[in-house]
Amino acid sequence: MKGNSYFSRKLHSLLGIIPLGGFIVVHGLTNYQAFERGPEGFSNGVHFINSLPLIPLLEIFGIYLPLLFHGIYGLYVAYQSNTNTGRFKYGRNWAFTAQRVTGVITFVFVFWHVYQTRMQVYFGNITHEELGSTMNQIASSPTYFVLYVIGVLAAVFHFSNGLWAFLISWGITIGPKAQRISSYICMGVFVIVSALFILSLVAFRGDEFAEAASAALALTNIG
Amino acid sequence: MAETTVATKSVKFIITRQDTPDSKPYTEEFEIPYRANMNVISGLMEIQRNPKKSDGGSTAPVCWDSNCLEEVCGACSMVINGKPRQACSALVDKLEQPIRLEPMSTFPVVRDLVINRERMFGALKRVKAWIPIDGTYDLGPGPRMAETKRQWAYELSKCMTCGVCLEACPNVNDRNSFIGPAAISQVRLFNAHPTGDMNKEERLDALMTDGGIEGCGNSQNCVRACPKGIPLTTSIAAINKDTTKHLFKKWLGM
Ligand code: HEM
Ligand code: SF4
Ligand code: FES
Repeated sequence: MKGNSYFSRKLHSLLGIIPLGGFIVVHGLTNYQAFERGPEGFSNGVHFINSLPLIPLLEIFGIYLPLLFHGIYGLYVAYQSNTNTGRFKYGRNWAFTAQRVTGVITFVFVFWHVYQTRMQVYFGNITHEELGSTMNQIASSPTYFVLYVIGVLAAVFHFSNGLWAFLISWGITIGPKAQRISSYICMGVFVIVSALFILSLVAFRGDEFAEAASAALALTNIG
Repeated sequence: MAETTVATKSVKFIITRQDTPDSKPYTEEFEIPYRANMNVISGLMEIQRNPKKSDGGSTAPVCWDSNCLEEVCGACSMVINGKPRQACSALVDKLEQPIRLEPMSTFPVVRDLVINRERMFGALKRVKAWIPIDGTYDLGPGPRMAETKRQWAYELSKCMTCGVCLEACPNVNDRNSFIGPAAISQVRLFNAHPTGDMNKEERLDALMTDGGIEGCGNSQNCVRACPKGIPLTTSIAAINKDTTKHLFKKWLGM
């Protein structure tokens, strides 16, 4: 990076939480509607998100650009690190390596996942209302299901451990005690957000999502 | 005769050697007579007196660096049984044998176990790790330092630029320009000093450039490796706070 890498690194760190971290939590909560309220809950969630104003701008500046910057710069940051967990077998050192490994997994997973879902809507192959049945097809395939679980766990670990690092990078948690307490909180975040995603993946396997698409199309009239 | 040789305790070393800065490293094994209270340096001295490998072949004496012999100068740092530490305070009785010695290869190797730690001193210059008081007339006494502050600042002043924290850090390598934990902690030390505080922005500015504090990825190996028990990760987080504040102040033109 030409110029001052202090600024690019600070921006990378900020984007990891705002908006990306915020997005992953909202995404988890929306999907969880599939588990809690079934196809209708999920399609209401999708409907709600699509009813936000200036959706194209939100998508571009709130997700795509931050994700591209954080993701590509993140790959560069990962490339700049060694792995020395063989010599220094400390939990935090494992987490340091895991942050980089999960970043790379997330990178691959996110592009694949966006291709399977959002891109298909752009291509006109499916509508927003059919996303539930698209997810049903994906989650019903054992291979895809396992790959999705791995992808989701990697992304959520990356976000939760990243939150812990973010609090240090911005000088919010300073002493060892503050950093220990925040690590417990971030572990809690990991468990809760992972549960949201995994439960929704399980819910998407239900038959009701296979049939829901046409019904949802008849009920709602958007998109 | 044969019986006494078998009965005598000995110490085994496996040492990574390198003849010139650019040549390939190789290992050699040594077996020397045991003496009570030996440390790694006295083992190396024995090899220097009688440079014979375990297989009986003779070789050039192993080169190393040392000075104070009491863990305050940092010169004798090397990787001992996988961990970077000082050879002078590494007691043979407390080490698993064979004792493996390697140079701290994060730094340029000069020869055998001798490394060049110049980048650490360069880092101290870069962050201006001193207090400028020179002038053409007597400036009089500076402000006093609170005793409570002096106590924790003293801990930071124990740094002997030994380089162990850089060797332990996964972000100090030749793909990364990270300055390393030691210099960041020194910025905290000099900024804590009431007179040093008058130039604190200069030191923060130096860390807010390429390879500065942003290079830290929070593996936290440094704080566990530091032989002086310096709270490096606390220093880094505290300087993260100061640089962040400084960044916003500069943006707002304050
Ligand atoms: C798209 C692929 C991604 C890659 C390759 C990637 C890579 C990285 C890397 C290497 C770091 C470590 C930086 C360091 O500790 O010095 C990091 C930090 C972080 N990432 Fe990502 N990341 C990706 C996606 C995401 C996503 C989707 C989120 C949000 C859910 C996220 C949130 C974070 C956070 C919060 C941090 C901590 C920032 C800090 O250290 O202050 N990342 N990322
Ligand atoms: S901070 Fe500790 S490990 Fe690092 S150079 Fe100073 S004394 Fe050595
Ligand atoms: S010789 Fe000075 S620290 Fe070992």
